[in-house]
Amino acid sequence: MNIEDIKKEFPIFDNKVQNNDLVYLDSANSSQKPKIVLDRIYDFYSKEFSNVGRSVHYLAVAATNLYENTRVSVQKYINAQDKNEIVFTKGATEAINLVANTFGQKYLDEGDEVLITELEHHSNYVPWHFLRKSKNIKIEFAEINDDGEITLEAIKAKITVKTKIICITHLSNVTGAILPIKEIVNFAHSKGIPVLVDGCQGAPHLKLDMQELGCDFYAISGHKMYGPTGIGVLYAKKKWLEDLPPYQGGGGMIREVKKKGISYGDLPNKYEAGTMATAQVIAFNESIKFMEAIGIENIEKHEKELLDYAIDVLGKNNSINIVGNPKNKGGVISFNIEGIHPHDIATILDEDGIAIRAGHHCCQILHDKLGLPATARASFGVYNTKEDIDQLNASLNNCKKIFNLK
Amino acid sequence: MNLKELYQEIILDHGKNPRNLRKTDNYNKDAKGHNPLCGDNVHVFLKLDENKKVDDISFEGSGCAISMASASIMTDLVRGKEEVEVKEIVKDFLDMIKEKDELNSKLLTDDEKTKLMCLSGVKQYPMRVKCATLSWHTLTSAIDNSQEAINTES
Repeated sequence: MNIEDIKKEFPIFDNKVQNNDLVYLDSANSSQKPKIVLDRIYDFYSKEFSNVGRSVHYLAVAATNLYENTRVSVQKYINAQDKNEIVFTKGATEAINLVANTFGQKYLDEGDEVLITELEHHSNYVPWHFLRKSKNIKIEFAEINDDGEITLEAIKAKITVKTKIICITHLSNVTGAILPIKEIVNFAHSKGIPVLVDGCQGAPHLKLDMQELGCDFYAISGHKMYGPTGIGVLYAKKKWLEDLPPYQGGGGMIREVKKKGISYGDLPNKYEAGTMATAQVIAFNESIKFMEAIGIENIEKHEKELLDYAIDVLGKNNSINIVGNPKNKGGVISFNIEGIHPHDIATILDEDGIAIRAGHHCCQILHDKLGLPATARASFGVYNTKEDIDQLNASLNNCKKIFNLK
Repeated sequence: MNLKELYQEIILDHGKNPRNLRKTDNYNKDAKGHNPLCGDNVHVFLKLDENKKVDDISFEGSGCAISMASASIMTDLVRGKEEVEVKEIVKDFLDMIKEKDELNSKLLTDDEKTKLMCLSGVKQYPMRVKCATLSWHTLTSAIDNSQEAINTES
């Protein structure tokens, strides 16, 4: 595949950022969008718009079909058994909140334990914390090893008879560690414990096969997959979606509403209350087609090459300390330069048109554990090149010069 | 002044060797500030004499160059000022960082104004404004003796 051609599909790279060509190294935060996704939003609103699933007129039927087409695309993309196992949400955060809320309501009581890891993004901790407050449940943290990984053993060490659900990231947005999901799921299931996977970083970068992974829930963020903001997916095994109570109440999710009682709609409507992010869902189909056209194996291979190159280049640069050293690692590099605060690094790099992230990356638990108030982070997408990494390195050297570091 | 110049000036002058980075003996007012986004921490110590004049001011903490330099410059220029004067200077600085083009307080010398205007460069970076203002808000909290820690995210 030709990266320069792929990059041309992203209009954002046509523009200068502060008179520089954009070097975008913040895809773990949110990815840029190809033109086909942007065009799809415009076309939908200008030619096909109507609300879905309600009216019977021509546009309503057309919009409903387009909306449902995305569901089928996602089902195929992640190899779910049934299209009704795909629930649209406003993002991965809402997908996790949906599970925490409904699973918590039905299956968690005082003293029960939810097992998460020290790598989790706040979105896979805070929703469970709500249950700690409201139901007095406990949250246990599987601990990272010195390489910033979570092993199956680390999970096993924290499982007790009280563990009711295990909620883990697929790929850490800080250390880049890819967790052994299949092994963890197999072990958890042998103990009768369901597993939720936060796939925010997994879905854009790794081949997904729900039958292979075997997890009960998988949360996906659309805007990290070259798609629009405001769209996410909760994959859940059908038995869970049938078993758990509804999440939000409103139009679209009901079957019959009487003064004395209400019955809820069938899947997937049961979990999609109110008017959904219709245009975003429809445009998300184009993101999936975009990734399919390149091939997730090619994306993985390209990002692995970038990662290896970046580790080599930055590793040779004195005074850059890379956080974590996982054997199985995705395209994320968090680092520090001794003597320069990460926010100062990010601001100085920004002057050169290089976009990185600095801070705790919504992972304060992990940063506390590492004893670091913040880190700088470069993360890759399909449009990045080795030249981007060379520019990053050159700009980091400039930072060191400004701060009088050797 | 572009950002790199701003950085160079601040780093060379204050960021690397912050003034008053210590703890005042017998301080009678203090307050803590925290910026969870950056992980910046500052603890300001004040010693006011019987006439409510700043006999000594110091700070402890860690953070980015902008937050450290801002605390350093601030502590340097409020020493010897009366409490009401300190408040006027703080207000003038915060107004400048928020919206105004310049500093107006007659209590500041031209040299002091020049130093403070170095920090005006953060205006174009809204995410960094909090770094520059953290110690100033914390100073206000110390003067008002409000026991609440300053948190830029609350």
